[in-house]
Amino acid sequence: MDQFFSTFLDWEYIWQVFPDLLKTGLLNTLILAFTSAVIGTVLGMVVAVMGLSTKAWLRWPARVYTDIFRGLPAILTILVIGQGLGTLARDVVGTNPYPLGILALSLIAAAYIGEIFRAGIQSVEKGQLEASRALGMSYSKAMLLVVIPQGVRRVLPALVNQFISLVKDSSLVYFLGLLSEQRELFRIGQDLAANTGNLSPLVAAGFVYLVITVPLTHLVNYIDKKLRTGRKVRPDEPDEGDPVEIGPGGRVSAW
Amino acid sequence: MVTAAAAVRSSSVELRDIHVSFGTLEVLRGVDLKVESGKTTCVIGPSGSGKSTLLRCVNRLQEPDSGDLLLDGESVIRSDPDALRQRVGMVFQHFNLFGHRTVLDNIVLPLRSVKKLSKEEAAAIARARLADVGLADKAPYRPSALSGGQQQRVAIARALAMEPEVMLFDEATRALDPALVKGVLTLMAGLAERGLTLIVVTHEMGFARSVADEVAFMDAGKIVEQGSPAQIFDEPQSPRLQRFLSQVL
Repeated sequence: MDQFFSTFLDWEYIWQVFPDLLKTGLLNTLILAFTSAVIGTVLGMVVAVMGLSTKAWLRWPARVYTDIFRGLPAILTILVIGQGLGTLARDVVGTNPYPLGILALSLIAAAYIGEIFRAGIQSVEKGQLEASRALGMSYSKAMLLVVIPQGVRRVLPALVNQFISLVKDSSLVYFLGLLSEQRELFRIGQDLAANTGNLSPLVAAGFVYLVITVPLTHLVNYIDKKLRTGRKVRPDEPDEGDPVEIGPGGRVSAW
Repeated sequence: MVTAAAAVRSSSVELRDIHVSFGTLEVLRGVDLKVESGKTTCVIGPSGSGKSTLLRCVNRLQEPDSGDLLLDGESVIRSDPDALRQRVGMVFQHFNLFGHRTVLDNIVLPLRSVKKLSKEEAAAIARARLADVGLADKAPYRPSALSGGQQQRVAIARALAMEPEVMLFDEATRALDPALVKGVLTLMAGLAERGLTLIVVTHEMGFARSVADEVAFMDAGKIVEQGSPAQIFDEPQSPRLQRFLSQVL
């Protein structure tokens, strides 16, 4: 038992690593995850809408993109993009691994988020698009104002799950070799763990991850429940007995 | 009140030799239909006879493979479909209200995005049309908080707010509880009375008999018989119409 505590929960090391975790690691993890979530969401929407197009030249690139970035291990994509682009296109992208890490994470996220959005948009009843078109809206207006908002709403839980994955996957940027002030949670824990041969700093990093991800998990459950039970209607005057069928003007009908 | 007959601008509709196929299935096999301005035509017939497809050709939600479509005497088969649809309103079997918007916003949204009205103008029109269908008090609710009959009346108000010259009803009461059918039919009869051109696909024979100026009977992708309600219901000529009527009446 003592050995367990000294290996994983040595307060001295945890105490030592915590300031760095909070000052540098937390900030960088949040920047990496948040930025790639934003880019990934925007790009994912583009991929989803392309994937739903009736035009093959739009649909196919989306399909291929999704297959590739979902089909590769995240670590491989991150290394190939982070180091490959850093070498190949140094003038354009520079050698700073940080933005390249964000780029790689965004591209991976876009593939998953694109599929999430596609499923959501496809789940919207066909009648919604038809009714919009019948009112004179163009296809793009109908998608933008009617279909996509409803589709996105339905997949919000899945989307937040994807954000949780991003928070965790941001640790993989570690492999690109970050400058000291660019280190995210995992790297900071790992550095001290390597120096001391004790795992407690990693446990501490894990704790900070949980502080981010657990509330997000509960957010998923909350949204899920809210979507399931239906949104509350504005309770102006509850209309007792629902006096449904007086025809307008109370006309007596002929049939 | 719908019965307070505001002036409406109506148009005649004419379909000429309309053909539609889904793959190898011929759904419409040369349909001609003429509806005079301000008149109501009910289209009846067995399921799968092509009634809904025919109706959807009028606002080109279904593009015919061949044939011509005339609105107010002018061919609109090659014109901008969005412009056509502003002149031809449609009400669906399943209402198709926008679930993520309030009842009021369901009407405001197309007024703003299609007719480019200001927020205030659109809201004023939306409230007036909701009052017309007796649902002014439902404006802030989500469609899901309304009964089916109320939802369908909102859908009618939404279509009317666009000031169409023709209204299409695709089995508008079919998904409703029997108790809720009457309110919607009453509303439709009020529109007919106001002189809006209506094309109504329906199974409500009572409605067809008392409201329609013309009744068209469709079977297997063709209009088999057409005439006044009295002709169709009291003196059906073709055996197919006779058989159909004996089944539904």
